[in-house]
Amino acid sequence: MDPETLERLDCLIDEAGLEETDLIGAMQDIQRELNYLPEEAMRLVAQKIGVPLSQVYSIATFYKTFSLEPRGRHLINVCMGTACHVRGGVQILEKLKRILGIDTGGTTNDQRFSLEAVRCLGCCGLAPVIMIDGKFHGKLTQKGLDRILEQYE
Amino acid sequence: MKTCRTHLLLCAGTGCVSNGAFEVMRSLEEEIKRHNLTEEVSIVATGCNGFCERGPTMVVQPDGIFYQRLTVDKVPHLVEEHFLKGRPVKELMYTEAKGRPPVPRMNDIEFFRHQVLIALRNRGRIDPEKIDEYIANDGYAGLARILKEMSPEEVISQIKKSGLRGRGGAGFPTGMKWEFARRSAADLKYIVCNADEGDPGAFMDRSILEADPHSVLEGMLIGAYAIGASRGFIYIREEYPLAVERIKRAIRAAEEYGLLGERIFGAAFDFSLRVVRGAGAFVCGEETALMASIEGKMGRPRPRPPFPAESGLWGCPTNINNVETWSNVPVIILRGADWYSSIGTPSSKGTKVFSVVGKVENTGLVEVPMGITLRKIIFDIGGGIPGGKRFKAVQTGGPSGGCIPENKLDLEVDYEQLAEAGAIMGSGGLIVMDEDTCMVDLARYFLAFLEDESCGKCVPCREGLQRMHEILDDITEGRGTMDHLVLLERLANTVKKASLCALGSTAPNPVLTTLRYFRDEYESHINEGRCPAGVCKALIRFSIDPEACTGCTACRKVCPTDCIAGERKQPHKIDPDRCIKCGACHEVCKFNAVRKT
Repeated sequence: MDPETLERLDCLIDEAGLEETDLIGAMQDIQRELNYLPEEAMRLVAQKIGVPLSQVYSIATFYKTFSLEPRGRHLINVCMGTACHVRGGVQILEKLKRILGIDTGGTTNDQRFSLEAVRCLGCCGLAPVIMIDGKFHGKLTQKGLDRILEQYE
Repeated sequence: MKTCRTHLLLCAGTGCVSNGAFEVMRSLEEEIKRHNLTEEVSIVATGCNGFCERGPTMVVQPDGIFYQRLTVDKVPHLVEEHFLKGRPVKELMYTEAKGRPPVPRMNDIEFFRHQVLIALRNRGRIDPEKIDEYIANDGYAGLARILKEMSPEEVISQIKKSGLRGRGGAGFPTGMKWEFARRSAADLKYIVCNADEGDPGAFMDRSILEADPHSVLEGMLIGAYAIGASRGFIYIREEYPLAVERIKRAIRAAEEYGLLGERIFGAAFDFSLRVVRGAGAFVCGEETALMASIEGKMGRPRPRPPFPAESGLWGCPTNINNVETWSNVPVIILRGADWYSSIGTPSSKGTKVFSVVGKVENTGLVEVPMGITLRKIIFDIGGGIPGGKRFKAVQTGGPSGGCIPENKLDLEVDYEQLAEAGAIMGSGGLIVMDEDTCMVDLARYFLAFLEDESCGKCVPCREGLQRMHEILDDITEGRGTMDHLVLLERLANTVKKASLCALGSTAPNPVLTTLRYFRDEYESHINEGRCPAGVCKALIRFSIDPEACTGCTACRKVCPTDCIAGERKQPHKIDPDRCIKCGACHEVCKFNAVRKT
């Protein structure tokens, strides 16, 4: 990792706080910054907060937010909540897998998209719904998906 | 503060925003400016108003007119007609069905008429980002009252008397919980707000945090005073970015106003509050797992006792309540325990917020008195099942809950009645299902969810759920036997009894209730190799009814495997060998010619 990035991460961790209770928050901020958690970043956070690397690793693998692999430029979260399930969320996920040629948790070769299935996004009125980079697309049909993906370069 | 003759309360909840609420808002601002009405008409972006199905929605005050399904192109006409000329626009009002007369006023609409708002009292009424608007609506008056007039013991006795029970799921009496934490002697105690709303299909906590964050802060402050806590945490899902932002903003505003910090209202009471973001683990809704997560560890539950009231965060006495519980507290203090306990049933007092979702006409968030029937919620408020389909079941309580069949629709909703039916109140998700939902598939869905979310610490949950999931896979894929049902039931009861935390001990509920009420569906899968609802892929076949097919070619165009053949205006045919059963043809067919058998 280049020194500039390391310095930026250093600042992020300082801002998040240096107590054990700030650990997960700091890791979330790094994940947001880099799209994933490289080993170096995990070492840095462990050292700064003063916890064993194994604890950082256990958190990184326990919680769903974190990824140890680089993710694509755009993150597609497909809602797998119950309302979406009964309104055809499974078909939406299957279709996305087919369009992108990747499985859940995967990233396209061109690093354009990563695909994740998430538990409820909490906007069941829009079911079935997906969230791309924090923006919601609701009341989806299989047919409409191509047009939505086109919006993301 | 500027006084305007008209206030436009535009819903800026997540549902309405993704339907274009902010675009509508910008357009409203432009049009209002164009007609020189800026001094007379003000726009307020409120939190979720609840009627997500009809978003973006807007209420015009003081006359209470409700507009729905607003779009940018309709705004110029609306502004000119209603706000310039004073003629409300009928086309944008709510109608129950096509051809029925519009219902102009919000309070006359069936969806809103039966609701009693306590936890959601300020929804759609105030700007959630302005603390002054909360204060103007009796905000922080409850806190002022207890600090001036009441001892902590008196506060606890009021909450106990009110009959308030935990709204997060288990329904433990809140006042009693506080009393345990009060009695634990320690220099440092903690208060926690559980906003890790995990149940799929439930979004009331998100809505409260987005629409009225200060009501949660005030509730926590009252709780902190009652148990003697000086520090607090709000543990909130990262998937709710707007709620995180609003609550953080609310904390800053409260700090500036001296409502958080030292010597609050000049009393000998200090309290500070921090936000911790959850990182996507369902099990963190369990209180001991949640505390581990706040401490910066993996969110795994631990055995109780000791209960958090004795030994919680960092070994200090800790009291955890959920968002909706906290937001009820200030109103109870202000209006009194007697008033609160006059609402509801003998065992469950007050109101409950439900998210009515799934196969229902009016998807949204409703707050109703305890004791209301499921039928009233689903059919009167929810508007029934869309598309002339038949109601099959309603699922309450998320993955830990159960499925309730049609013959129990007149059940009066409270903690005990739901438990008796094999379900739970849970956080209040009501997922409505029609004839197209397969109950075996649904049970499998919940198990898959919980197997994935199981933390793996205790064997019954980790192994039991996996085995149950495998059995359900067998049944839905046509390999099931009747012995499987016996095994499934036995496993379910073992997991229920032996699991460490509520995730495991409630996980079998969806299986047990579907076995209890929809056994015939399991038997159809096993004995006839048939999925009556047409959901389980391995057991269904897509075909085209040549009588109904008009040869429009829509299905042929969407088929990802090119397995549909047919000339224009001639009946089409599906090649079953190449069909992957994705259902795309079924989705696009306007003539109901694609059949699932």
